[in-house]
Amino acid sequence: MSETAEHTGHHIDVKEFHPRAQAAIHDPKIRKNFRSAMDGLMSKRKTAFEGWDLETLRDLGANVRLRALANLPDLLEQLEKKLTENGIKVHWAVDGDEACRIVRDICKARDAKTVIKGKSMVSEEMELNHYLEEQGIEALESDLGEYIVQLADETPSHIIMPAIHKNTGEISQLLHDKTGTDLSNDVEYLTASARLQLREKFMNADVGVSGVNFAVAETGTLCLVENEGNGRMTTTVPKCHIAVTGIEKVVSSMEDVSALLALLTRSATGQHITTYFNMISGPRKAEELDGPEEVHLVLVDNGRSSIYQDDELLDTLRCIRCGACMNHCPVYTRVGGHAYGTTYPGPIGKILMPHLIGLDEGRHLPSASSLCGACGEVCPVKIPIPDLLVRLRQESVDGDKLHPAKVRGHGAKRSSMEAMIWKGWAWMHASPGIYRFGTGAASKFRALQPSKAGAWTDYRTAPKLAAKTLHQRMKERGQ
Amino acid sequence: MVDPIKVYPAKPAKVYFYGTCLVDMFYPDAGIAGVELLEREGIEVLFPQNQTCCGQPAYTSGYHDQARSVARAQLDLFPGDWPIVVPSGSCGGMMRKHYPDLFKDTTEEVKAAEVAGRVWELTDFLLNVCHIKLEDLGEPTTVAMHTSCSARREMGVAEVGPKLLGQLKNVNLVEQVRPEECCGFGGTFAVRHPEISGAMVSEKVDALVDTGTKQFVTTDCGCLMNIAGYAEKNQKPVEGQHILSFLWARTQSKGGQQS
Repeated sequence: MSETAEHTGHHIDVKEFHPRAQAAIHDPKIRKNFRSAMDGLMSKRKTAFEGWDLETLRDLGANVRLRALANLPDLLEQLEKKLTENGIKVHWAVDGDEACRIVRDICKARDAKTVIKGKSMVSEEMELNHYLEEQGIEALESDLGEYIVQLADETPSHIIMPAIHKNTGEISQLLHDKTGTDLSNDVEYLTASARLQLREKFMNADVGVSGVNFAVAETGTLCLVENEGNGRMTTTVPKCHIAVTGIEKVVSSMEDVSALLALLTRSATGQHITTYFNMISGPRKAEELDGPEEVHLVLVDNGRSSIYQDDELLDTLRCIRCGACMNHCPVYTRVGGHAYGTTYPGPIGKILMPHLIGLDEGRHLPSASSLCGACGEVCPVKIPIPDLLVRLRQESVDGDKLHPAKVRGHGAKRSSMEAMIWKGWAWMHASPGIYRFGTGAASKFRALQPSKAGAWTDYRTAPKLAAKTLHQRMKERGQ
Repeated sequence: MVDPIKVYPAKPAKVYFYGTCLVDMFYPDAGIAGVELLEREGIEVLFPQNQTCCGQPAYTSGYHDQARSVARAQLDLFPGDWPIVVPSGSCGGMMRKHYPDLFKDTTEEVKAAEVAGRVWELTDFLLNVCHIKLEDLGEPTTVAMHTSCSARREMGVAEVGPKLLGQLKNVNLVEQVRPEECCGFGGTFAVRHPEISGAMVSEKVDALVDTGTKQFVTTDCGCLMNIAGYAEKNQKPVEGQHILSFLWARTQSKGGQQS
């Protein structure tokens, strides 16, 4: 633990959301790739839930998660105890850097040079690949989407489908440039060639790193949901398996997993069940033929326990990372995942990232929503995302004396000019006489109404003031 | 987000009419149409002249102190126990769903919850409380409907507009692709993130134009000024009006020629 140098990371300036969003909106390829992918995912989800009492199932999912969070400290202790009994070594990391160091130390202790990775958003949060590379350890992504993103030196644009921003042609070109694969539009051929390259890496990797979908406290089991088999390979072929996950992923029992799993796969990809569902309950036992010699779990906090302190924000931690909120988000569909500049994009990113990076850095995230509510409507665990966005907007302008803001970096978006405008607006609208006088005068002199109204009229005509207000017309009617 | 179970009141003798600031200044015809429809159902309409705005713009912008001071000025407007009807899913949603949260831990907490419980989106009220039966006196026409996100998801009235339009025998209701997708208005969102909002409304207008109809109706004036304003500025062949204006015009003996 002597080396404590923090790693450099990718350094995307989250505050520069607007220019990235604008560029994405004017990029027809991005628009087309996301629109068609999201349309497909929405339709698959709809079909997958046909015949289900979705509202009851969502209530169940929400309750399972709420119950787990209500008992989070106890469940985590129970999980640690059970995992330890099962032979899995548990590590606690306060942030991404500490988690990276833990992974590095495990690798160093084994003199590991190569790491193969299953898909893990927490490892993206930690920027683990970058860190390991700096430490002279090769980390290779084995999930096809992650592999593509890694080859392109990009970050995932979606939490479930990391390379969704690319179409087949772009992927073919990338594989050709980086690995010498023949150019082709045949998805099966491209997949098979990537698979061939990855197989070799699996066999030679010293350590496998994976994420966790559900950590079951009662049995000490790590559940991993995947489609490609790379998760199973990652967690069974190398001699050492390190799972990394957020502290909120713990649930009480296997029974809880069944409800969440039914919701997760249907919400995410419209599948009734994924091709693989792995339950990892310890290293290889003496009589077993395969499996790793060592299994570790790194439980990462990284801002989560501060979210946990607040009764309302706590709901953020219900998330099971299905991505349905982004699939249904009209903003995400237009700007794509990279515009956000954050590990988690879309609606869940907008409510989660401010806690991870601070509201100063993430000041534009909560406002980048029309509050249409599509995310909250599809969330399998009923996170009230729009309400949390409003809460974070309040936090970002310190807008409520009754409920003082507490998220790190709160107030960063407050400008004295805007605050003054709202004060003036409130004064007028809390004074009925002044309101009637003002709106009446505006109607009377409506010929003077300017035809331009800031950014509004860049895209639309200005709404036209009526000759008489409804107040005036109702008064004329004697009402 | 929607109340799990909606318990409609019996048809009352009177209602309070909460016009909303957008209807007040820009679309008073829609407000008057709503009043006329209610009166034709035999309901006396009370219009508190001291009403201003529900407070939503400040609320969704995070300025909750200011939202609360404006909302507080609305709480005393409805002293009787009559239902409060609102020609907007958005303002209705603010009052019904968010007033209780906004006034939580304040001396107005009970009152705000009581007022919130009486708030109804007007088309929902006409269909499910008044059990309105519309007689279509207009010429055959085609129309598309855009239900606002708040009407759909906060007030749970997605089915209401199409049902009311379905009562009009000469009106052919056509559905655009992705009817449930937001038009991009979102209040201050439209000016804070103009490019994203612009991209959203342009696709919404394309979807409406692609149905082949020349007109759409909507539950909310925010969506109306966004969609119709975009269509007008970009010379797209579709015009909009509030659904209440359309319903009232169709059921007048002069008949069916919408402005």
